[in-house]
Amino acid sequence: MNFDRSRRRFLAVSTGAAGALVVGWRVQAQQQLPYLGARFQAQQLTDFVRVQADGAVLIGARGCEVGQGVKTDLPMLIAEELDADWSRVRVEQLSYGYIETDSGPGDRYGNQGIGGDGTPAAWEQLRQAGAVARWLLVQAAAQQWRLDAATLRTEAGFVIAADGRKLAYGDLAASAATLDAPASPPPLKDPAQFAIIGKPMRTVDAHEVVLGRTEFGIDTYWGNALVAVIARCPYPGGTLDTLDDALARRVPGVHRTIVLPGPKPDAPFDGVLAAGVAVLADDTWAALRGRDKLKVAWKADAAWANDSNASLEARATAVLDGTTGATVVRNDGDFAKAKKAPRTTTLGARYQLPFLAHACLEPPCATIEVSTDRVVLVAGLHDPAGASHLLHVLTGVPREAIDIRLPRAGGDFGRRLHNDYVAEAALVAREAGRPVKLVWMREDDLQHDFYRPFGIHALTATLERGKRLTGWSHRVAATPRNWRDSRLAGNPPFSGVVDADAFPSGLVANLEQVFHALPCGLPRGELRGGAGAFQAFAAQCFLDEIAVATHQDPVQLRMDVLGAPRMLRPGFDTGRLAGVLRIAAGKIDWQHKPKNGHGLGIACHAGAGAYAAHAFEVSVEGNDLVIHRAVCAIDSGRTLNPLNLQAQATMATLGAVSATLHEAITLKNGQVQQHNFPDYPLLRMGQAPHAVEVHSVDSGADPAGLDDVVAASVAPALANAVYAATTVRVRKLPLLPELRRLL
Amino acid sequence: MPDNPFRRTEPRPVPPVAASASEKTIPLVINGKSFFHNGDPDMPLLWYLRDVLRLTGAKFGCGIGACGACTVLIDGKAEPACLLPVKALAHREILTIEGLAGKDALHPLQEAWIAEDAVGCGYCQTGQIMAAAALLARKPHPDDADIDALPNLCRCGTYPRIRAAIVRAANAPVEAKQ
Repeated sequence: MNFDRSRRRFLAVSTGAAGALVVGWRVQAQQQLPYLGARFQAQQLTDFVRVQADGAVLIGARGCEVGQGVKTDLPMLIAEELDADWSRVRVEQLSYGYIETDSGPGDRYGNQGIGGDGTPAAWEQLRQAGAVARWLLVQAAAQQWRLDAATLRTEAGFVIAADGRKLAYGDLAASAATLDAPASPPPLKDPAQFAIIGKPMRTVDAHEVVLGRTEFGIDTYWGNALVAVIARCPYPGGTLDTLDDALARRVPGVHRTIVLPGPKPDAPFDGVLAAGVAVLADDTWAALRGRDKLKVAWKADAAWANDSNASLEARATAVLDGTTGATVVRNDGDFAKAKKAPRTTTLGARYQLPFLAHACLEPPCATIEVSTDRVVLVAGLHDPAGASHLLHVLTGVPREAIDIRLPRAGGDFGRRLHNDYVAEAALVAREAGRPVKLVWMREDDLQHDFYRPFGIHALTATLERGKRLTGWSHRVAATPRNWRDSRLAGNPPFSGVVDADAFPSGLVANLEQVFHALPCGLPRGELRGGAGAFQAFAAQCFLDEIAVATHQDPVQLRMDVLGAPRMLRPGFDTGRLAGVLRIAAGKIDWQHKPKNGHGLGIACHAGAGAYAAHAFEVSVEGNDLVIHRAVCAIDSGRTLNPLNLQAQATMATLGAVSATLHEAITLKNGQVQQHNFPDYPLLRMGQAPHAVEVHSVDSGADPAGLDDVVAASVAPALANAVYAATTVRVRKLPLLPELRRLL
Repeated sequence: MPDNPFRRTEPRPVPPVAASASEKTIPLVINGKSFFHNGDPDMPLLWYLRDVLRLTGAKFGCGIGACGACTVLIDGKAEPACLLPVKALAHREILTIEGLAGKDALHPLQEAWIAEDAVGCGYCQTGQIMAAAALLARKPHPDDADIDALPNLCRCGTYPRIRAAIVRAANAPVEAKQ
């Protein structure tokens, strides 16, 4: 046992807790607890759970909070198995944890990435951590009372003996901290005993947020850090041509400029960094004024200099009209043969989706200090492990000396999967030789995002006797994801764009999913919904068109395609999808079509073990679309926190409503045309439905991430509702401008 | 590696700068306290609040007055701090989110925001609360159209809970209001 180490730890925390006694668990550096994860050691338990002598419990939250509620929900898992009193729990954000162990390097606290998989990954591990802490407290009580531990129970921060005697966790913490953790995992609770999981719990940070005290990445202020803003090349893959920074350097408060070289396709970190000129100043305003005074000219990369939406549309149409250059992603049965079968009719339609930006309200921002033997970074991150690796590659500093702290982040939606802003900040700070806070302006953000791909979808269906779906062809011509990103060179070009398992894969005998790549210079990435949302708009609108053309009910057609409830493949239970579809239809009162000019539309989607259906009631009034009702039915397994589940479903729905109605990034002369919110409009209060009616099925299955699934069924349900209200079929997004064009 | 994983993002901010008055300084009243700005008179209030005073509750979102993340109250009226040069604000009464709560109690809107669990990522919420505070000051019982007209953007999509929080605050007992 290393006394120095444990003493430092003890003192550090005591100070932070305003003098209260804080007890960690016994530091046995080499005791492995394999049941908590391959690299989990007893000492990490202290990082997740501490009990203060006054009974307060400190729980460490490992994921960066971007608005998904992980900082509330994941600690609930620990508190549940600990049998803590939730009102005495204080949640603290953990830094990124890197650890070298005998079995190799790894993540000290498990998966600190966020996104759809944040909760599922934690479900077993964090409950187990809470159970170990509880086990230690129970053993301590047993020793004190000289009773058999098996006769003791726990409840809301107390160990209770059979005769009713009670010991508070705070009074047991000191002795519990001297015990060894159990060699085998203590049993987890029967879900029927849950006292915290499944109860509505409010956002733990809410009080700090409403007071304006919460530190987001952009709120990091180090006394000696310079503020940097970067003028970036507006052409994808372009380079700096000429620079005159004399006037910029004369702006009071400006220290210097630093040239960032253009993209390096083979760079180990990222091939998509823009060429730029950083202006470093005492404050943001001086840096911005300096940037305004730069005289800078850029050279476009000839390969992308003429990219435009018009050229992309023409190329997409050409490849979809032809038959060559395609990647077959899935081929079941024989679609060509199905088309030629007797008594078969064929229907077809094309759908178009634009590039989309994430537009997190907090733009990318990173504060960093780079020295020869240490790096300190503060930034809102989706992938802190990736940032750690990136900084190691860029600076040569060993990973254990790279200290990454995670403030709250103002949105993510997939934007912060990319650590481009971390790389920029590191390059600037290394060159400047002092700490730097890099801030992106909104224009930087909209012009240099990793955009959701552009694509045109050609769908064809074959119907036997004008009714039964016998064949389905979904051909996508789209800009491949992460083009130019060397890290993803090994991924298939259609990843994130075409999903082999997209609905109705596996449900139609003759089915093909085909991808045509449309090379384009823009960096592309994941946006809430991923490939699912990209394909669901086309597939779920097309199902409605088939229903209309063949005089079938759109809900019944979907039910018929889904067929009998069964596990079609791991993670996809047709019965659960039919279940949410049935709920959405029931809640929107599908059987009673409104006769007042309102229209009902419905769509459903499944992915990663979660299921969602949306139903909308809309009307078109003048030039505007009014959403009268929004219903969202979800089944994402066991509900950890119903209040947050409702919030997440509402937010994912409204985020998708915003994208569906308004948003598009367009290209002209090789440049992104949008600069700020006036030309990239987001949904406003007055355009949002007053409520999203969320209905969740608590199926008891392990929790699954729901954002991506919920985001996918919104656009088609809206377009289907618009058709029901107006008989105008919108096949191109964003919906509102297209609807106005068609009306 | 430091041992305490629960640390905050130290080093902590340097203390606010309160320059002394001179001929070239601009006198400002922020949350009831006097400050004197002796830097660039064109500096927008947002960057003065954030970079000079380290009052970071007003957020940067667009820089052109289009998103409302930096909303503050100037003489009781909601304004985007990113568009207001400090020189235009001499002697005007500036209220930021840091000055909204009373000494012993939160503002009813802050209470309502917590009760309705209105926070998504949280970034826009301080601006949303300030915009709502101006609305309630002007119209203590706003109707749906008044709330619809609030211009602040929320990228997460917390609008329904913001609406519910404003309604809750408007209906809070009178003695709880300030």
